[in-house]
Amino acid sequence: MVITIALLLGFQLLGITVVTLLGLPVPGAVMGMVFFLFALMIFDGLLKKALPVVNVLLAHFALLFVPAGVGIMQHGERLAAEWLPISVSIVISSVLAMAVTILVTRGVMRLMHIED
Amino acid sequence: MYERLVNTWSTLQHEPATWLAVTLLAYAAGMWGYRKSGYKAIFTPLMSAIIIVVCILLATRTDYQTYFEGGRYINFLLGPATVALAVPLYEQRRRLAKLAIPLFCGLVAGGSIAIISAVLIAGALGASTETMVSLAPKSVTVPIAVSISEHLGGIAPLTAALVVITGVVGALLCKPIFALMREKSDATRGFSVGLAAHGLGTSAAFQINRDTGAFSGLAMGLNGLFTAFAAPLILPLLLKVFE
Repeated sequence: MVITIALLLGFQLLGITVVTLLGLPVPGAVMGMVFFLFALMIFDGLLKKALPVVNVLLAHFALLFVPAGVGIMQHGERLAAEWLPISVSIVISSVLAMAVTILVTRGVMRLMHIED
Repeated sequence: MYERLVNTWSTLQHEPATWLAVTLLAYAAGMWGYRKSGYKAIFTPLMSAIIIVVCILLATRTDYQTYFEGGRYINFLLGPATVALAVPLYEQRRRLAKLAIPLFCGLVAGGSIAIISAVLIAGALGASTETMVSLAPKSVTVPIAVSISEHLGGIAPLTAALVVITGVVGALLCKPIFALMREKSDATRGFSVGLAAHGLGTSAAFQINRDTGAFSGLAMGLNGLFTAFAAPLILPLLLKVFE
């Protein structure tokens, strides 16, 4: 378990290093996820070793967003002043983004005769 | 005696452990309510937890910086948890290879619509330019969205708040949309909600099942990359509409 935690932090640090060196507009952790994925493909025993810690982290994924979400309280004034354009924009745009993604993915799958 | 009580509270208020415990208990309460409601999306534990914590902070006149001294320990885990998303993806590698081209097309179409519709709708309803710019990267994960917003002249902390709101909205709306569009594929479902609603959508997707969560995590990462490159190109054209 200790080694797995160190390993996850190691991939995060590797991601941060590469992103900073190359000046990419992506967070280091996302890049770290890509490197970890490659490592899982290359090293056979890695998945089994990592699973216990990974499962705990992913089971409580939503909890990890609570402190960032509480930050909403700092923007009460602007949200109160522009609540209508902000809320309409977010709701409609989220629905459109999901619907378009589903329609396009489904359409291309049909064109290519692929089934999930 | 009274003075001692006040001093004790002041010590507790500035003790990170207090806010760490409050966050964990608020989330546990949120989980309890979610179970009691029969897993209704509107009772998603994240939203209940945020509301409970904000109410406690307001009632005790505690500012966000003081709270975050404790909250940062949980916030920190977002990094390793994002890295850990590679595991469910790895478990889906064969399906991913098969669906690569359709998913890529969905990414470009959905990722573009997320930016264009957010900015145009806000602008049409009279939002300020800063708000429009801050809304452009609303669908992508907080760290990417904040760096995009800063780069384009938006207000970074406002973007962070808008991203969280988008995540809650996406997590609430995903199930009704799947039902309405009769979408049955875990891959397509997960990919669409991760694209539109980043990590919060991904947490909702994991509540459906692990496969849906895996594709949601993938879409979150890919749309972060896509938006980082697309938003600087698209946004100037959109802002011209309102000049």
